[in-house]
Amino acid sequence: MSITYLEAIRAAQAKALAEDPRVYIYGQDVGAFGGAFKATKNLAQEFPGRVLDAPISEDAMVGSAVGAAIEGLRPIIEMQFADFSTVGFNQIINQAATLHWRTQVPCPVVVRLPCGGTSGSGPFHSQTMEAIYAHYPGLVVLTPATVEDAYSMLLEAVAIDDPVIFCEHKYLYYHLKAEGLPTEALPVGKARIARPGRDLTLVAYSAMVHEALEVAQEFAGEGTEIEVVDLRSVKPLDTDTVMASVARTGRLLCVGEAFPWGGVTAEVIARVATEGFDLLDAPPQRLNAKDTPVPYHPDLWAIHRPTARSIAAAARSVLRS
Amino acid sequence: MVPTVLRPASAAAAPASSQVRERHVVAFRGMLLGRLFDEKFASLYRGGKIHGGVFLGRGQEALSVSVGLSLRRGDVFAPLIRDMAGRLAFGEPLLDAARTYLGSPLGPMRARDGNVHRGRPREGLIPMISHLGAMISVVNGALMARRLQGKAGFVGATCIGDGATSTGAFHEALNQAAVERLPVVVVVANNQYAYSTPNSRQFACRSLVDKAVGYGVTGHTLDGTDLSACLEGVGRAVDQARSGNGPQLIVARLLRLCGHGEHDDSSYIDPKLRNSPLGADCLKVAEDRLLEQGWARPEEVDQWRAECVARIEEAIATVQRESPPDPFQEDWSALATRHLIEQRGTL
Ligand SMILES: Cc1ncc(C[n+]2csc(CCOP(=O)(O)OP(=O)(O)O)c2C)c(N)n1
Ligand SMILES: [Mg+2]
Repeated sequence: MSITYLEAIRAAQAKALAEDPRVYIYGQDVGAFGGAFKATKNLAQEFPGRVLDAPISEDAMVGSAVGAAIEGLRPIIEMQFADFSTVGFNQIINQAATLHWRTQVPCPVVVRLPCGGTSGSGPFHSQTMEAIYAHYPGLVVLTPATVEDAYSMLLEAVAIDDPVIFCEHKYLYYHLKAEGLPTEALPVGKARIARPGRDLTLVAYSAMVHEALEVAQEFAGEGTEIEVVDLRSVKPLDTDTVMASVARTGRLLCVGEAFPWGGVTAEVIARVATEGFDLLDAPPQRLNAKDTPVPYHPDLWAIHRPTARSIAAAARSVLRS
Repeated sequence: MVPTVLRPASAAAAPASSQVRERHVVAFRGMLLGRLFDEKFASLYRGGKIHGGVFLGRGQEALSVSVGLSLRRGDVFAPLIRDMAGRLAFGEPLLDAARTYLGSPLGPMRARDGNVHRGRPREGLIPMISHLGAMISVVNGALMARRLQGKAGFVGATCIGDGATSTGAFHEALNQAAVERLPVVVVVANNQYAYSTPNSRQFACRSLVDKAVGYGVTGHTLDGTDLSACLEGVGRAVDQARSGNGPQLIVARLLRLCGHGEHDDSSYIDPKLRNSPLGADCLKVAEDRLLEQGWARPEEVDQWRAECVARIEEAIATVQRESPPDPFQEDWSALATRHLIEQRGTL
């Protein structure tokens, strides 16, 4: 049986609803309609009264989830697009993220963000927002790159006692398929060696893992072995796995789809540079989207974000230096 | 902007009845142009010629065109996703929509933004962002600026859906407009659904117009399927705003006669609504009225339709000959302050 990344997200939510009566789903059009992307297809019918359509009120969606979490429930909030989570930003970073630290009462809310660029989606339906959420203390930020991780990490997100920002990549929704759902998985907080290699550590997460793997494949043909590290979770960040890889390769390139100022790639490089400077044989590099909003036209979009082509060029430059 | 929709000639001398006819004919032709242009984009979408979504105003043209026609040059307008007719009536050139949907770098958004996300801020046509509710306060600000600069006689109008009335932004902006007593007209097209979500899951007040009294603004309701009602009701609200009576909230009843976007079959729409008076097609209603009143002959309507099609085909053909944007000609900077741009290649 083949299953897509999107179906895995649906399946994880179905399992969470079936196994834990504290779980409910709340978001625009998630009920009978099954969500803008169909991530909650049929769940309202299967779990009556537990998959609820929200008004177009992101602030209240998140705020009410915090209230429900205080009462012992485990809400899953679906943002229709990650971009619209900015309207609920205050409740996420000031209310949900600070509750446990201030009161010792946990806040187990999952906010699902359909992230990332697909061609033709423009500046307001394409953003990746992991960096901005990871900046705030009190949040867990997950960025699954595989069907298996989409499933197992969403299940784990529901079980985690803290607010989790679950960044699911829209480009992977239909493009990515697996043979079935996993029965075991690496825990949240552990990165994964997606492909072993000895010449360069290429750190990526979410959809960029697949661009990175394509580059590694291309370089293998030329006798260069790139090790691809899939971060899986950007907060917490598994520095140990990255460092161990850099210890093997001596070279580091870090790739992300987000805007270039700060963010996950800068964090990875800062950690390696401060804690593992001696491991590096060359200056580490990073590659991100360009410092403009995400453009609409496919030809502009294709240059705005990193692709196998631009990653390969950056990899060559790290390997040469 | 050069008017895209023919406007009534200054009809001071003409008898009242001929003015009414003229107004309806102009509005009907504007609706027709909007409808046919929308349909052209829908067909290009089905042919795989458009990147991303296509959003139609089918069933909302009478309301939308009335907003566009009630505004004057120099007013401010922030249309939303279903306002092709209103945009054209306000003066947006046909080429703007064609270039924005087809991603031409010669368009006002230079292929950076697409489809309905277009405008000309310097000419009073403010381009929407997707985040619903966010445009009202921007119109407020434009009007406050004019007041601060000692300019008077302007109106700002913006359109919004029933769903977007649930946003905090809608609430904040209406309250702000009321506190500042701004000449703003907020036009709510209650098309019964926000994507798949019906009114019953969106709000619990008896009518959205009840919100007006809560904010201290003047409320108006009207039948959005009836062009005469729209012209009259929107015209009155705009006049009131212009003559210093503060913000106006219009709530029009109608039904979205298309999917949320062209990707959506809208099978969730209650067939009872489709068959109710709300489901009437405003374009058909307006055409029947023109013919009934003897304001137009069927051959004239056919001729107007043919003229619209010709103008649309010409605009699309022009844009299809234009080159796509060249990523290597882009400066890849979002700043206006040139000396603050960091020249670092990839950061
Ligand atoms: C703040 C925000 N949340 C969610 C969305 C996603 N969204 C786009 S259109 C739409 C429904 C809008 O319904 P309504 O306001 O009634 O306008 P209509 O489409 O019916 O004209 C939604 C939920 C958005 N654009 N902005
Ligand atoms: Mg609506």
